Amino acid sequence: MNNVPYAIEMVNITKRFPGIIANDNVTLQLKAGEIHALLGENGAGKSTLMSVLFGLYQAEEGVIKKNGEIVKINNPNDANDLGIGMVHQHFKLVECFSVLDNIILGVEDTKNGILQRDKAREKVVALSEKYGLSVNPDALIEDISVGMQQRTEILKMLYRDNEILIFDEPTAVLTPQEIEELLQIMKNLAAEGKSILFITHKLNEIMSVADRCSVLRKGKYIGTVDIKDCTKDDLSRMMVGRDVEFAVQKKPAQPTDVVLDVKNLSVASKVSKKMAVNDVTFQVRAGEIVCIAGIDGNGQSELVFGISGLENVAGGTISLLGNDITHAPIRKRSLMGMSHIPEDRHKHGLVLDYTLEDNIVLQRYFQPEFTNKFGFLRRKNIRTYAERLIEQYDVRSGQGPITISRAMSGGNQQKAIIAREIDKDPQLLIAVQPTRGLDVGAIEYIHRQIVAQRDAGKAVLLVSLELDEVMTVSDRILVMYEGEIVGELDPKATTVEELGLYMAGAKKEG
Amino acid sequence: MKKEKTSLIRSDGFQTLLASLVCILGGILVGYIALLIIEPSGALEAILAVLKSFFRYPGKLMLKYMGQTLVRTVPLLMCALSVLFAYKVGMFNIGVAGQYVAGACGCLYAALAWKLPWLPCLLIGMVAAAALGAISGWLKTQCNVNVVISGIMLNWITLYLTNLVLGTVKSPNSPYTLALQGNNPSALLPSMGLGALFNNEKSVTIAIPLAIIMAIVVWVVLNKTRFGYELKATGNNYNAAKYAGMKENQNIILTMVIAGALAGMGAGLLFLTGIEDWETTISSVPAMGFNGIAVAFLGGLSPLGSILSAFFIQYITTGGGNVDLQVYCSQISSLISSLIIYLCAFVAFFKFFIQGRIRKSDEKKAASLKAAENKEGGEEK
Repeated sequence: MNNVPYAIEMVNITKRFPGIIANDNVTLQLKAGEIHALLGENGAGKSTLMSVLFGLYQAEEGVIKKNGEIVKINNPNDANDLGIGMVHQHFKLVECFSVLDNIILGVEDTKNGILQRDKAREKVVALSEKYGLSVNPDALIEDISVGMQQRTEILKMLYRDNEILIFDEPTAVLTPQEIEELLQIMKNLAAEGKSILFITHKLNEIMSVADRCSVLRKGKYIGTVDIKDCTKDDLSRMMVGRDVEFAVQKKPAQPTDVVLDVKNLSVASKVSKKMAVNDVTFQVRAGEIVCIAGIDGNGQSELVFGISGLENVAGGTISLLGNDITHAPIRKRSLMGMSHIPEDRHKHGLVLDYTLEDNIVLQRYFQPEFTNKFGFLRRKNIRTYAERLIEQYDVRSGQGPITISRAMSGGNQQKAIIAREIDKDPQLLIAVQPTRGLDVGAIEYIHRQIVAQRDAGKAVLLVSLELDEVMTVSDRILVMYEGEIVGELDPKATTVEELGLYMAGAKKEG
Repeated sequence: MKKEKTSLIRSDGFQTLLASLVCILGGILVGYIALLIIEPSGALEAILAVLKSFFRYPGKLMLKYMGQTLVRTVPLLMCALSVLFAYKVGMFNIGVAGQYVAGACGCLYAALAWKLPWLPCLLIGMVAAAALGAISGWLKTQCNVNVVISGIMLNWITLYLTNLVLGTVKSPNSPYTLALQGNNPSALLPSMGLGALFNNEKSVTIAIPLAIIMAIVVWVVLNKTRFGYELKATGNNYNAAKYAGMKENQNIILTMVIAGALAGMGAGLLFLTGIEDWETTISSVPAMGFNGIAVAFLGGLSPLGSILSAFFIQYITTGGGNVDLQVYCSQISSLISSLIIYLCAFVAFFKFFIQGRIRKSDEKKAASLKAAENKEGGEEK
């Protein structure tokens, strides 16, 4: 052991909530100038631990030390005073302010009540040059890319002279190229003596950038390892507690008849006068998984709204199994064999104040099995059906069929939707970001279900922002950029880098 | 459906009951304080008179007043049903007051101008009120006009239209419409012997059992049918209803039509008893509809609870008429009953307060349960 004190040290932290222990004797030691990854599944206690470090929660046991001295962090202001800064997963920026104004917001330097912008600008420019963080201080946040917004967040921390920088899942919103840049920036920051805590569940990124990694599982501290001494498999085993199949097991696709045929489809944008989906043409055949890849906000959502009937199309045609459904009501599309796992499970997928069983029959409640000829619901049949699906798809909840859906965890809400949509026995399954926010175990399960649908001869249209998912699950990739399909790729023949170039609009087919 | 056993304070019904009682007691207390401020000497007597309502009269007279109270409870209950039905589908039907007026207009005009018997009169009243509801619903779905705004506007439009229309069938010597008894007795609702139970009070008719039946029907429709399932889904999450292929706009218009029809039926069930005539010179929307809002909330937005709360509010209103006018001015009865009704509208607020306290402790527990579940799940594997 060396005698250099840790930059920040959380020793034997125990945080209990009534009935459970969210952090059970967790120790996290961050050396000065290192990049330290914090790895764990959803619900492993990463957020609780960070909340303790930020003074949002008080730990029952354990102490926090800075440079070897015990400190008391009662609220986020204390954390700021100790030089702890954080880039949140969802940026905390004022959209209509400039980059510079966002950076100085809260620590404005004034003279007789007048803002001293020039001094601030000098400091910001100096910092951005020193760490390779290219930003335009005068651009408005709403006009700049997500990557630049993130760099603004980083500059915010540096401007406040923070020494300990926490990155909460920073790569979730970035393109592969932007991820590369970010990882380089993190290395630069560490080289300049900043200590970085990097929260993630992406093992590749940890392997490429982190010095050490601490793993949490179910609230317990599993251990800290040196990255140079371990492999990706070691990390995943520590995180999940068992071996995980990263590669989705699947046979080559055997596409047959065209199920979904989209021709020259355009859908108007809600936020601008441009078309969100502009003249898109593609087909999905039975027995294949076609994936729409792209960075969030390039028209994928609107494309699905158009196909599913949630929004009117501005032009073009859609046909399902040879029938024109361009203007068909949603119910008709559903009865014709379209299932839709929606992007936003709270907005579209569930009536949150309904019970689980009522949500499970949301697409079928009107069928004779569940409604008698006088219009009364057949509660007994609903219960039996719900119990079967809950059992078959392993949907966990507090009170079974009568649990209010709002009280269920996100993963189980998603499983309920998947059970409902798959059990409809669709010809076409549209799945939009089906694994968003779920942990590794649930993702594995959902991917298997999707592949099983394909193998059963169903057509699957998958929309995903996760590159791993795009590469491993799909049989064919269509890349969307600014409302247009800019390329069709074969996942077996392409690389993540090439995919990234298409997604960023840097490359385009014919 | 069997519910998991929960402690009493967590059950929704109990929370509503508790909040309702708090409101009632609060209303009585504020009313009493108002009486004390105006004239301390008679305050206790006056508040007791309000609370005793028709029970302060001897035997036969008591039965008669009780009958009249029930008769006036009927439209109040129907207006409450209208409000809560729309509320379950996510709309605040403040237009209930105008729909009630339209109902009165339709049934009285049919009875006095066309000399129709009671059933067609009642139906015409309902249709008129339903049409008004349909306008609000249509404006909501087509132009995204809030039903509160369109409701308030339509209340006034309807009031003056009604005064115009019923002005053609009013008595030559007074601002009131012609009495049904003298001009078209066939339009009076049948008593079926119910009047005999209340010392031969003529206004006691089948309206009372009809209203209770309607409350039960509303409860069944909302809780047991496919139609209710769709309506509540639309109210809870418009987007999910659309996603599930429900005809969400049609459901909204239909809801307002039904809500209007309920309010219109309430008006018919009052005016076709002959207990009162329409005053064609009134310049304010009758309070009946607005009181229906208070009744619906006091009744915990449940059709069955509304039966009790409607009776209670009418009971207090009747009691307000008992205040000694030697001591207090004539407006005092309205003041006391309206104070109590006003406080009753706070049920939702008190319930929210109770739930807020429970939720805080629940959230902590839920978070811990979830983590515990994960823990167990992990160990099983």
